[in-house]
Amino acid sequence: MSLHAELVSCLRAAWLSGKTRPMEYRMAQLEALGRFLGEKHQDILEATAADMGKATQLDSAFIRKDPYGVVLIIGPWNYPINLLLVPLIGAIAAGNCVVMKPSEISRNVEKLVAEMLPRYLDQECFAVVTAGVQETTRLLENKFDYIFFTGSPSVGRIVMTAAAKHLTPVTLELGGKNPCYVSDTCDVQNVARRVAWGRFFNAGQTCVAPDYVLCSVEMQEKLLPALREAITEFYGPNPRESPDFARIVGDRQFQRVQALLGSGRVAIGGETDAEARYIAPTVLVDVQQEDPVMQEEIFGPILPILTVASMDDAIAFMNARERPLALYVFSSCKKVVSRVLECTSSGGFCANDTIMHMTLMSLPFGGIGQSGIGHYHGRSSFETFSHRRSALLRGAGREALNTLRYPPYSPSRLPLLRAATEHRRTSCTLL
Amino acid sequence: MEYRVAQLEALGRFLDEKKQDILEATAADMGKPPFEAEFSEILLCKNELHETLNNLSTWMKDEHVDRNLVTQLDSAFIRKDPYGVVLIIGPWNYPIHLILVPLIGAIAAGNCVIVKPSEMTKNSERLVAEVLPTYLDNDCFAVVTAGVQETTGLLENKFDYIFFTGNPTVGRIMMTAAAKHLTPVTLELGGKNPCYVSDTCDVQNVARRVAWGRFFNAGQTCIAPDYVLCSVEMQEKLLPALSKAIAEFYGPNPQESPDFGRIVGDKHFQRVQKLLGSGRVAIGGQTDEKERYIAPTVLADVLPSDSIMQEEIFGPVLPIVTVANVDEAIALINSHEQPLAVYAFSSDDKVVNQVLERTSSGGFCGNDTLMHVTLTSLPFGGMGTSGLGMYHGKFTFDTFTHHRGCLHRSMGREALNTLRYPPYSQHKLGIVRAASEVKRKGACTLL
Repeated sequence: MSLHAELVSCLRAAWLSGKTRPMEYRMAQLEALGRFLGEKHQDILEATAADMGKATQLDSAFIRKDPYGVVLIIGPWNYPINLLLVPLIGAIAAGNCVVMKPSEISRNVEKLVAEMLPRYLDQECFAVVTAGVQETTRLLENKFDYIFFTGSPSVGRIVMTAAAKHLTPVTLELGGKNPCYVSDTCDVQNVARRVAWGRFFNAGQTCVAPDYVLCSVEMQEKLLPALREAITEFYGPNPRESPDFARIVGDRQFQRVQALLGSGRVAIGGETDAEARYIAPTVLVDVQQEDPVMQEEIFGPILPILTVASMDDAIAFMNARERPLALYVFSSCKKVVSRVLECTSSGGFCANDTIMHMTLMSLPFGGIGQSGIGHYHGRSSFETFSHRRSALLRGAGREALNTLRYPPYSPSRLPLLRAATEHRRTSCTLL
Repeated sequence: MEYRVAQLEALGRFLDEKKQDILEATAADMGKPPFEAEFSEILLCKNELHETLNNLSTWMKDEHVDRNLVTQLDSAFIRKDPYGVVLIIGPWNYPIHLILVPLIGAIAAGNCVIVKPSEMTKNSERLVAEVLPTYLDNDCFAVVTAGVQETTGLLENKFDYIFFTGNPTVGRIMMTAAAKHLTPVTLELGGKNPCYVSDTCDVQNVARRVAWGRFFNAGQTCIAPDYVLCSVEMQEKLLPALSKAIAEFYGPNPQESPDFGRIVGDKHFQRVQKLLGSGRVAIGGQTDEKERYIAPTVLADVLPSDSIMQEEIFGPVLPIVTVANVDEAIALINSHEQPLAVYAFSSDDKVVNQVLERTSSGGFCGNDTLMHVTLTSLPFGGMGTSGLGMYHGKFTFDTFTHHRGCLHRSMGREALNTLRYPPYSQHKLGIVRAASEVKRKGACTLL
């Protein structure tokens, strides 16, 4: 028996009853979510702090937006509230029932969500389940009507393979190595701050963080002191003592990231403390393509710099790798920005800053290739969880018009039928 | 854009210059009447082509989006990027249309494409494999022919998008293969499309519209009405009306009508023939194995447990299942997998709306069959086992486009950014909140 099969089927019964469809119902649930965020604000801060040391996210023809039914949302550990709640908001708004599975790695938030969140929502239609790897595999044996997953590409494959058995549509928000090309024409100190902010926020555990920098040898020489200055501005002379710098979520992840410090040479930072799971804001230089730090998404506070001879080399370097979730360019020259945008492919793109593109709700947020399938945020979330059902309501009469299409067929009728249904190619369109 | 337009125009020339070849190939493959072939395989494709060519420049443009206070001075837009190398696998029932319409969108969106036509319709397969490439740039577009085994091998390649039309069983195989490479998919599958006929309707009109949808292409249409649900009284009226419509369409002996198709192959012929055992034959029922002819048939008194109700019919057989009322009809519809289309016939708008409201399906049509998919402004796609994704018109372009969120900020104006940098403070948080928050609209909004 699939894990939670009974729960899923209860939700399905609620779904079939049509409870989640009226707008008033959805509003009530969404307002309750708002109260959760408001009333449990402090608890959320404390739980996330305990987990990762975070400082305090007619004829009538129309398209009907139908809910899918019972949706499964699987959240990751790095932004455990945001990356569960934002999809949840879209799923509720679109009229679905939802099963949420928060990450078991961010234990405190998992507990908070499992115990507190259901009290704010209608438990007939919304449920939180807790599950580790094995149990999640069994949970996925159930038939869901939509699965929304945020996590790594390797688990993304497992989720999509499980979804394929039931032909369940999916959105997969995955990851990759987000390149950051810094051209020679830029304000180095501004670049250093914006890149450092994006890299070290949440101790680097952000899917859209700049993963590595590509720049010329000359730019590297200027960037290093600028990065050093930015890090000191942000975290003081000893980041370990700063209340504004986070920790790695768990021992396993700490060891994984620590191992990457062996690549190239440490130019800034490099200190670690296993007990506190602290890794200093670090910059590596003399990194080669084959080095371990370039073989996986870093997801930690380490920024490798690789030098390239030209913008075209940088573009070729980026295109030789899997398509990332985000691609960054820093340049005062519009042509450089346009060319990089034009010649590369990525989930999203930001010029002259990092991460900020995903804070704008009017931009769809999602990956391409290994970095993901589908997108959400703002209206995109609603559309992700809605099935666009085409509807044509014809009149019961007016049969005379229909006879054109009925047998017995005569070639003479085709021109009439063509005229009645065609779209002419307009030659005067401004193309 | 010029490149895409040139390729698309070449497709248009293919449809014009090879029209006769298309009609002959589909006639040879499944006895498709030329009128049906011209309407479905040529005319509808040209509509899609023209719609695309008329609007391509608009669709391709960067879409600028609303900005918040923080990004007010920046450039924020959605760039329409192609996916890369797309695989389109076509079915046998409308072998030209169901390859070409997705192909139009894939080209319009700037992708390279591999097309795999169905091996079941040999003449159409040969036409597509030999003639289509002569119209397109062979550097970027190719046609491969493959049977079941070879298709499995083909799927081991990494594609950037897979568009599949076929049955749900193979759909699962497609999606599983795609999952290995995290390749996004659109699956246009099928199901049993219910057709509810209420007691308040013009029976003769209903009979014609349902018969047309059911018997077009000898029933081999993914959106054909698969079974009728109505009251016992309505069944009594519908039967003579259907009999009359069938005679109007195909004459007293449909086997002699040039306007009625044949079953595509022996395996399918035998499969559909077996289904004739359900209920009782009220109209038709004759078969001719040599011609793969199955007469336009209506089965009455069919039970939900009968074998004909266990699979998509995909043949010229229309079972009628009687129900007590619209609630029972809706319950029966909802007890099945979500179909590609739901049909409801009633002169009473309320009844049509009830069925629309309380069921779930790819698409819906009130008081007619099939017609909703001829409108390029309506998305065409399934739900649940009837499919994933949608296309037609702009939706095809969007299907094959990656919507890339882009933000272009200034290299300067750093003072604004310092608010978000550490060292953090409550004061800074307050300003960041004020600068970026979206307030809930006032209580006086008209909800």
